[in-house]
Amino acid sequence: MKYKLEAKNIDVFYGKLKALNNINIGITENAVTALIGPSGCGKSTFLRLFNRMNDYIDSFKLNGDILIDDKNIYEKDVFVDELRKNVGMVFQKPNPFPKSIFENVAYGLKIQGIKDKEFINTRVKDALKQAALWEEVKDDLNKSALALSGGQQQRVCIARALAVEPSIILMDEPTSALDPIATAKVEKLIHTLKEKYTIIIVTHNMQQAARISDYTAFFYMGDLIEFDKTNTIFTNPKMERTENYITGRFG
Amino acid sequence: MYKTKEKIIEFILKTTALITVLTTIGIIWVLLNESIIFFKEVSIIDFLTDTQWTPLFANKHFGILPLISGTLLTTIIAISVSLPIGLTIAIYLSEYAPKKLKKIIKPLLEILAAVPTVVYGFFALMVVTPFLQKLIPEMAGFNSLSAGIVMGIMIIPFISSLSEDALSAVPKYLREASYGMGATRLQTSFKVMVPAASSGIIVSVILAFSRAIGETMIVAIAAGQQPRLTLNPFVPVETITAYIVQVSLGDVQHDSLEYRTICAAGMILFILTFILNNISFWIRKKFREEYE
Repeated sequence: MKYKLEAKNIDVFYGKLKALNNINIGITENAVTALIGPSGCGKSTFLRLFNRMNDYIDSFKLNGDILIDDKNIYEKDVFVDELRKNVGMVFQKPNPFPKSIFENVAYGLKIQGIKDKEFINTRVKDALKQAALWEEVKDDLNKSALALSGGQQQRVCIARALAVEPSIILMDEPTSALDPIATAKVEKLIHTLKEKYTIIIVTHNMQQAARISDYTAFFYMGDLIEFDKTNTIFTNPKMERTENYITGRFG
Repeated sequence: MYKTKEKIIEFILKTTALITVLTTIGIIWVLLNESIIFFKEVSIIDFLTDTQWTPLFANKHFGILPLISGTLLTTIIAISVSLPIGLTIAIYLSEYAPKKLKKIIKPLLEILAAVPTVVYGFFALMVVTPFLQKLIPEMAGFNSLSAGIVMGIMIIPFISSLSEDALSAVPKYLREASYGMGATRLQTSFKVMVPAASSGIIVSVILAFSRAIGETMIVAIAAGQQPRLTLNPFVPVETITAYIVQVSLGDVQHDSLEYRTICAAGMILFILTFILNNISFWIRKKFREEYE
């Protein structure tokens, strides 16, 4: 079986603290993979390995290989900015720039030096449509993104990530700051997005993992306890600790 | 017993605050009073439109414009030196420098503002001017260029420190959003961080501007004492502050018209800095909640 992303023998240290311990995992293309586990288990750290967002932490140290399409992204000849055009990210708290909706979605294209207005307009429109936001904002694209509701802001952020046409999208608890209705919209969106993108999502919400993901990885204290099809994890987990966590006995 | 003690302390605190306020009011009162007497003898229109300032000569002219132009010229030179350098330092410290280095550099930079201004004045006169004269032979010994440049160096920490605070106050998640899109540090700095911190940066520039307008020693020593309506940075000019020093230290008789000119000039200076400080206060207040 061929994987879109692979983590091989991953150890992560923050100074002396070991945050991840010998993780091996393969992520399937055009599927949603959920990372679950209690706070501080290393799932966010693991997610951020795939677009090298941990690089900014002074004490961060990594052993092992992270492969995207069989290419180790931590090798010296990889440009981080190029990598991140292929690996988009959506954060926990909606974080649109204090700019207009249009400028937010166009940001990734503009920093790539694209000047063609027609091209940018089309991409922005497509991205907003894919993010299921076009109908709500098409008449006021010049409005500040900060004036939108939290759920809309998060979909602006998703559109911003989609506009540069990545193949992978990382989501770090994308609905934890949203109300149930906005959450439902984003979940529905994730479901449609997997046709085109490979999605990895960190979530605290077990029901959410069960609803939207195809594969689930359970992390605990820096170890990958169990990784399998979501169905298997939630109905027939092999490890007792996984079962205890998903049934709410701890966490 | 306890209550009396509380009351005494409250009284002391209140008095301290009151003394400060009363001092300010007292200064404004004196300035205003003397200015009113001054303007009974000199028409306000002449004061604001005459292009010569010669109150100490036989042929007296009371046009404040040459002093204002001297003040603005040195100040603008100072800002054109300190804004690019100060902002570059601020961006370097907040976006590029490791935290440890930042902790060392920032206080070191602030020493610049702690150097006595008289030292800067002599530095401008004895070092910068002779050096510039080698490049620009027609430059006079007293000129606004070297005074402005040195004043600009002095106010760098105003801009770098306050702008760095403003940049650091921009929420971390905006920086992450930009990096996450594949932006470089430079793109993140100029497309996200600087615009997001723009109100703080503008405030830092206004405060530096206001500091430069009020600066006395450097311009009194290095810019000359010739009120002149000019934009030429190579010739001697006189700023409002330098004029006030000249008259205060000179042998002008107290309670004379000549002496009152310093109150009128002081009033203009006060109004200028008062307006600038209010603008910066207003900007800070208006944009404070923008990212909440």
